[in-house]
Amino acid sequence: MSRHTLSVLVEDKPGVLTRVASLFARRAFNINSLAVGPTEVPGISRMTVVVDADGDLIEQVTKQLNKLINVIKIVELTSESSVQRDHILVKVRADAATRLQVTQAADLFRAAVVDVSTDSLVIEATGTPEKLAALLSVLEPFGIREIVQSGTLAVGRGSRSMSDRALRSA
Amino acid sequence: MSKGSPISPSLLATKSTGATKAPERADRTADNAAVVADLAAASPVLGPNNVVPPTVMTGSQAIVRSLEELGVDDIFGLPGGAILPTYDPLMASTMNHVLVRHEQGAGHAAQGYAMVTGRVGVCIATSGPGATNLVTAIMDAHMDSVPLVAITGQVSSGVIGTDAFQEADIVGITMPITKHSFLVTDPNDIPHVMAEAFHLASTGRPGPVLVDVAKDAQVGQMTFSWPPKIDLPGYRPVTRGHNKQVREAAKLIAASTKPVLYVGGGVVKAHASAELLALAEATGAPVVTTLMAKGVFPDSHPQHVGMPGMHGSVSAVTALQQADLLITLGARFDDRVTGVLKTFAPMAKVIHADIDPAEISKNRTADVPIVGSVKEIIPELTDAVHAQFGSTGTPDLTTWWAFLNNLKETYPLGWTEPDDGLTAPQKVIERIGALTGPEGVYVAGVGQHQMWAAQFIKYERPHAWLNSGGAGTMGYAVPAAMGAKVGEPDRVVWAIDGDGCFQMTNQELATCAINNIPIKVAVINNSSLGMVRQWQTLFYEGRYSNTDLNTGHDTVRIPDFVKLGEAYGCASFRCERDEDIDATIQKALEINDRPVVIDFVVSPNSMVWPMVPAGVSNDQIQVARNMTPEWEEED
Repeated sequence: MSRHTLSVLVEDKPGVLTRVASLFARRAFNINSLAVGPTEVPGISRMTVVVDADGDLIEQVTKQLNKLINVIKIVELTSESSVQRDHILVKVRADAATRLQVTQAADLFRAAVVDVSTDSLVIEATGTPEKLAALLSVLEPFGIREIVQSGTLAVGRGSRSMSDRALRSA
Repeated sequence: MSKGSPISPSLLATKSTGATKAPERADRTADNAAVVADLAAASPVLGPNNVVPPTVMTGSQAIVRSLEELGVDDIFGLPGGAILPTYDPLMASTMNHVLVRHEQGAGHAAQGYAMVTGRVGVCIATSGPGATNLVTAIMDAHMDSVPLVAITGQVSSGVIGTDAFQEADIVGITMPITKHSFLVTDPNDIPHVMAEAFHLASTGRPGPVLVDVAKDAQVGQMTFSWPPKIDLPGYRPVTRGHNKQVREAAKLIAASTKPVLYVGGGVVKAHASAELLALAEATGAPVVTTLMAKGVFPDSHPQHVGMPGMHGSVSAVTALQQADLLITLGARFDDRVTGVLKTFAPMAKVIHADIDPAEISKNRTADVPIVGSVKEIIPELTDAVHAQFGSTGTPDLTTWWAFLNNLKETYPLGWTEPDDGLTAPQKVIERIGALTGPEGVYVAGVGQHQMWAAQFIKYERPHAWLNSGGAGTMGYAVPAAMGAKVGEPDRVVWAIDGDGCFQMTNQELATCAINNIPIKVAVINNSSLGMVRQWQTLFYEGRYSNTDLNTGHDTVRIPDFVKLGEAYGCASFRCERDEDIDATIQKALEINDRPVVIDFVVSPNSMVWPMVPAGVSNDQIQVARNMTPEWEEED
């Protein structure tokens, strides 16, 4: 099974997330991550869906998604042709003795400290899943209290806009 | 989830004080013809489609008015609290509303109506249990791609989500089994939602669309105008097949010596039987018609080799297994056709034409995929085939036909007389078909009688055979036959039902009797859930767990189907002897002023043959118990 990143433009209508999620559930497709948000076009949202599937199955996933009336356009983004980022917030144990080590580790990953208390820090980081995994393994020895991670966001490289083209053809 | 916006104050200001009368219909003028033609291009399902200038009315009136402008003549439904506002203006409409006795009946009736007319079937129910009673019919329509619009009442938008009385999230419940669904909380959305619902249901791959309308959206005032703008940016069905692919397909056909036209229900839905005949005759290839496609190619045509699948004819099943090319038209490689998929038609290349791109290469990878309407693809393919044959010659199918004709002669469909001396159910069904003829409409339930009705009635035209194929819904026959009779009142409509199926939906006989919908119901009464019993005979050592219904010979006969029919105001007969079959059918054919119910008491021991047991290759087809055809070695 290989990993595929699909960018899905959808109409911002009630239930559209349910339609997409329930389609994956009933067709037994495996969602690795899903992120939804508004776009530069009012009324249009963009979902980034990361799916584990092999070649034939990803074609079926795309076709089934396209059948949803509220889905306007689907593009598969490869890692070469796109920028893909996850966002993470990590709460790490850090007291006076370890705080400096933790913040230095965060600096190495260009992560930011966004909350400090006497015995913990919250670190915010953005990157590929691989980079974030590496950050977590460095933080692990200090004691990780909580992790919150977003779904992957992806955008194609270059000047072209997915929603521009989709709305022209619509 | 958004709960929609309240009615805008500006609209409330225009609220008329007196009773809101339905506005006068605007005459069609040359000016508005263009607008109408625009919509006509977008939707084949059109009615009066008058241009209506902005007019203030209630949401309920807008629902009724939209249905009228969409050309709806007949509706099946049952009112209740949350849809009550809409039933009031409905009373004043010229549309014919058929009051059913159970909402499932409304759903199947709308399906039957859609199947014989090709128009969108419409059913209405209230919220909660009314809506959930439609679920089976909606799912059935989804599986068999039937154009259906289901309108349900919903509790007022202010109480949605509070577990209000008769509240059910019907949009959520039906999401996996509808083509699309709408929740309307603003009455101003009603015209465009209704138009979009009909457009979605009837175009592309047809299917059910649910419109759930909150009670306050029905009661609220809105400004109605027609035609509304259809705004579906994510819906662009492809109808025209790709030229290059069509030419590729013609090349494969010209290179094939063992081609088969594998024809599915999509060709019926596309009204492409004439086009299919031309293609079949151009190619000279054998034609198999699936359970959903019976009649789209005449059974009597010499190129017809039968129905494929689990209970298909030996010639049809073998044609597919031995083929070197499948010309697949509006079919979907359903597991009941393919058997074990990886052993299905192992030598065949596949041309697959379908309007739904997701069907192509879903189960079987297509060598030449063609996305589009078979109505447009088939004639193009026929032209391409003529051109290709002209340049590379007509393939010689003599050997292939000799092989298939030998199978047709050696293993014709047939039956053996039951060992218990009771009537063979196949004989009853065969006689109904023979005495009624190909102009009749035959609607089956699900089970043995369905398979026999597919096998032993001769279908010569499309839209004459209705059944629940993908869903396998017991209880489909009586209400679907009712809908079919409303759609085509001049045809003889038979519900060929089982004693099990009949007990699930026979309450609609009341609807038929009261509304003068004289269907004819043949209960093929083998006193059991016959198909389940057949599997118990074959695969469970004859342990008949919970399949005896006690309606036949030497049983308590509960219910007595004759008394039941009479209680519902139907002419009712019982036929228990072979020698009475023809006379009973004739008697039924002569009665047209009320429904007819015939209790054909038949043997419980008859089985459906041929059969491909579940889980094995189609090569293991049995013509009778433990009897496999002797395959002729090919030269």
